[in-house]
Amino acid sequence: MTTTYVERILNPWQEFDRMDRMFNRVARRGNCEFPAVNVWINGGNAEISSEVSGVDPEKLDISVSGNIVTLSGTRPVDEKKEGEFRHRHEIRRGDFSKSVQLPFNIDADKVHASYKNGVLHVSLPQLEAEQPKKIEIKSE
Amino acid sequence: MTDTREMKKREEGLEKGVERTRAKRVYTPAVDIIEKKDYIMLLADMPGVDEKSVKVTLEKDVLTIRGNVEPEVHDSHRLAIHEYGIGDYERTFTLSNEIDREHIKASVSDGVLRLTLPKAETARTRHIPITGTA
Repeated sequence: MTTTYVERILNPWQEFDRMDRMFNRVARRGNCEFPAVNVWINGGNAEISSEVSGVDPEKLDISVSGNIVTLSGTRPVDEKKEGEFRHRHEIRRGDFSKSVQLPFNIDADKVHASYKNGVLHVSLPQLEAEQPKKIEIKSE
Repeated sequence: MTDTREMKKREEGLEKGVERTRAKRVYTPAVDIIEKKDYIMLLADMPGVDEKSVKVTLEKDVLTIRGNVEPEVHDSHRLAIHEYGIGDYERTFTLSNEIDREHIKASVSDGVLRLTLPKAETARTRHIPITGTA
């Protein structure tokens, strides 16, 4: 990915592109966006689990649109107070949002969500109209 | 880029070259350790644990936090996306002498362990009034 000086002058955005790619590569090393999710699928039903400890369930939001479910929320940032010293500061805080695409359209009215011990569980059934129907064959 | 570490659960032992023979995976919880005037506060992210499944032990000056998490079971479902592993948590810290061991407090809420380690009386910063010689 070497660029000559002339190329860089002609297309300054190329440098930005290159930097963008570099940052993305570094950021994606953890191979997923926060929060991490596990998704189980069984025909017309999906179960999503996500580790979002320390988040007030009131501040968690689940929205459904078509076949996409979005989990978002916020974990309060602790302002550094005077006279304190941070020995470790590893916990991720702030806003987050994550979308997961399912292989079917979700029935938004039948979505159930629960939050326990820092783990969010969401159960998402497929739209009934889309579910396969069994057609009986009459013998004549 | 501390972000990368925060996005993925760290597996205990892997980086230290310690091998385990347990069937379950063990993860290193992310922690915040904040030293205040009178105490040190330790927060550990251990999603999936409650007050019954977390253990805090103090042996000599080694503080160990452990959490047990039961794996999730979804019968007849197949795992379609797998971004995090489920397992126990374990992390060890060495305390300095200045902690008042008798008054350590621990609580768990929303998967976060909160330890309050009060500083021993002798370790607190004291302001010594200076009197002028009259």
